[in-house]
Amino acid sequence: MFRNVAELVELAEKKGQKISQVMIEAEIEVSGRTREAIMEEMYRNLDVMEKAVRRGLTEDIRSHSGLTGGDAKKLQQYMQEKPFLSGPTLLNAVSMAIAVNEVNAAMGTIVATPTAGACGIVPGTLFAISDKLQPTREQMVDYLFTAGAIGFCIANNAFISGAAGGCQAEVGSATAMAAAAIVEMAGGTPEESSQAVAIALKNMLGLVCDPVAGLVEVPCVKRNAMGAAIATVAADMAMAGIRSVIPTDEVIEAMYRIGCTMPTTLKETAQGGLAATQTGRMIEAKVFGVPLK
Amino acid sequence: MKYKSVFDIIGPVMVGPSSSHTAGAARIGRVARKLFGKQPTKAEITFYGSFAKTYKGHGSDVATVAGILDFDTDDLRLKDSLQIAKDLGMEIEIRTSELLTEHPNTSRICLSEGDATVEVVGVSIGGGKIEIIEINGFDFQLSFHAPTLMVLHRDRFGMIAAVAKVLTAHQINVGLMEVSRLVKGADALMAIEVDSPLSAEVLEEIRQIPHIKEVSLLSFS
Repeated sequence: MFRNVAELVELAEKKGQKISQVMIEAEIEVSGRTREAIMEEMYRNLDVMEKAVRRGLTEDIRSHSGLTGGDAKKLQQYMQEKPFLSGPTLLNAVSMAIAVNEVNAAMGTIVATPTAGACGIVPGTLFAISDKLQPTREQMVDYLFTAGAIGFCIANNAFISGAAGGCQAEVGSATAMAAAAIVEMAGGTPEESSQAVAIALKNMLGLVCDPVAGLVEVPCVKRNAMGAAIATVAADMAMAGIRSVIPTDEVIEAMYRIGCTMPTTLKETAQGGLAATQTGRMIEAKVFGVPLK
Repeated sequence: MKYKSVFDIIGPVMVGPSSSHTAGAARIGRVARKLFGKQPTKAEITFYGSFAKTYKGHGSDVATVAGILDFDTDDLRLKDSLQIAKDLGMEIEIRTSELLTEHPNTSRICLSEGDATVEVVGVSIGGGKIEIIEINGFDFQLSFHAPTLMVLHRDRFGMIAAVAKVLTAHQINVGLMEVSRLVKGADALMAIEVDSPLSAEVLEEIRQIPHIKEVSLLSFS
């Protein structure tokens, strides 16, 4: 079993395999389950993701608090009516990431990737890139194994939850995972996937977890949106041959150290950052029907 | 390595909004329920750290009670757990504590019916993954990702060997084992993660070993 991204890339290169295949074989080895059982479980996850994307883009989603919902549709509408500036794949990824995260905020069914708070980025980029590249269903499942392999390295060497390491650990990890998977689906090398991870994660370093009223809504939905955008651009940069000066595993280590020194007010306690703004406090008071502190 | 499977990262399938505060909270509740072995009439839940600060926003209370009702993380009834528990006559008490815990997302769950009680402390470490760090005062570090045999016994020599002998006879492989005791010579609790499910006969055979008080198997798949 690989312990970090460098070992993962080395294994893939040595065997002449894609990252997804290395992950599948490691899973077979460690879990003792059959390849068929493992593939079947990931196909099921893919189906749940697809439903969540579709729900977010077509239904009128509204969270219980009323703070989020409807933005995925808004962006799709805009793309149809206006000469938008960024590319269609990028905006599709952004709107689909929003869609899944809006479904999550409304207590709908999603797949945690790696967490529920960051559940929009991996499926959002997957279905948008798939619209462009037209992969097979199996390649779409491979996308999830590649994303999983990177998340596995980050989870075991740093953290993936906002409470433990801030939003950089949550949306940051998801963004890095998606970046690597996009590269593989687009035909890039394992090394280029690793570079995409470094480039993506660097741009998430220091990001705090400051949910307004403690709800996974503000700013989570918009951070998922931008995570999808960063993942897509990082993948393009890596495939252009741009390299991260700081090696990938050292970027992950930096993320870990930053998370350890981050004050608890900024780690999913709703006590700092956006949660502590005047408007954030007003929303909190309104949602829970209590007077302002 | 804390995370062992790709499905710890891509998964679980769950009802939102938070993997640590909803899915993880539900899983801790479900471990408590499985350890108790039946529907309790009373559940006392204490939240610490980030759980204490944000449980209302994340629905950690709703999720924990759903777990106590034996619902899985993707069960659509999760949202309505408080009402379902009320209809079933389950008394629920939710408290928060300012006490500093090692991990930010910690909950303590005490389930009871009459004199029967079970008390579990769990932490939600991220992505829906949990660790149970205390069961009825015994210290542990268990994830319950594999079927886990729990054996309560008197703290005597040869107990581990006696249980292992039964498992050996039935060709059951052990993945992980922890033994914990409060006081030397009093009660001790064994937790044994096994690779294959155990039949009722195997459990009964272990139950027949002298000085063994309780045997149960926890399995979530």
